[in-house]
Amino acid sequence: MTQRPARSMDVPVDLAICSDPENLAFVRRAVERMARQEGFDAGDVDGIVLATDEAIANVMKHGYEGRKDCTIHVRLERIAGREGRRGLQMTVRDHGKQVDPAMIKGRDLNDVRPGGLGVHIIRSVMDEVEYTCPSDGGMQLRMVKYLPDRGEASS
Amino acid sequence: MAKAADPIVKDIQERAEGTVVVLVGEIDYNHSHKLLESLNTVIERRPARLVIDLAAVEHMDSSGLGTLVRIFQQVNGYKGKMALAAMNNRVRNAFEITRLDQFFAIRPTVEEALQV
Repeated sequence: MTQRPARSMDVPVDLAICSDPENLAFVRRAVERMARQEGFDAGDVDGIVLATDEAIANVMKHGYEGRKDCTIHVRLERIAGREGRRGLQMTVRDHGKQVDPAMIKGRDLNDVRPGGLGVHIIRSVMDEVEYTCPSDGGMQLRMVKYLPDRGEASS
Repeated sequence: MAKAADPIVKDIQERAEGTVVVLVGEIDYNHSHKLLESLNTVIERRPARLVIDLAAVEHMDSSGLGTLVRIFQQVNGYKGKMALAAMNNRVRNAFEITRLDQFFAIRPTVEEALQV
């Protein structure tokens, strides 16, 4: 995993799953549990679960092009980010196809059609989203959702 | 890990007002192709009104949303009507983030959806 800008608050949860879509539910459960424990409200928990699910599904579909015998690493960690604000960071790492991060964009939602919604969902839900191409191949996606400040309504 | 039975389509009800398809479980990338196959079979009969009952659906991601868009486009193609009913907050959230809540007719109950 590449250098994290935020400070990790304790031992992260590291999952290594096979790229079989049957494993999506397992990761959703883990993310949901961790988000609830961290104190996110129900709406934010739902969003974090959805964004993580989309990220991993994208690796399965695009990074590994449907292969079910590859490995996806998912790291879940509590962090203290900007100005000490607490949050949850999810890092998804694969060794599949590399793409230019600048090309990973959500599509125009006015063009209603199946497909292409995953990146939009990720960028809409999460406070920080960073795609990188590690030097040893594959892609890494780092996503952070911060707990609301006191007095700030959660999204 | 043992594979459990995980039907996505719990029931298909032919009512006077239209066809109601009752879905269950978590509709994600793992299940959306099965959902598409099942719904394609339903719309082969060209129901004039199709309602998707989502009360028992706990999670839906973009692949599930995309499947419903595909079905809608086909139903619309033969001038049928389609509505979604009884989604929970998590599923509703996915529709709102993608603005598909403005695209589909969404109602709190199946009975209201059958009036669309």
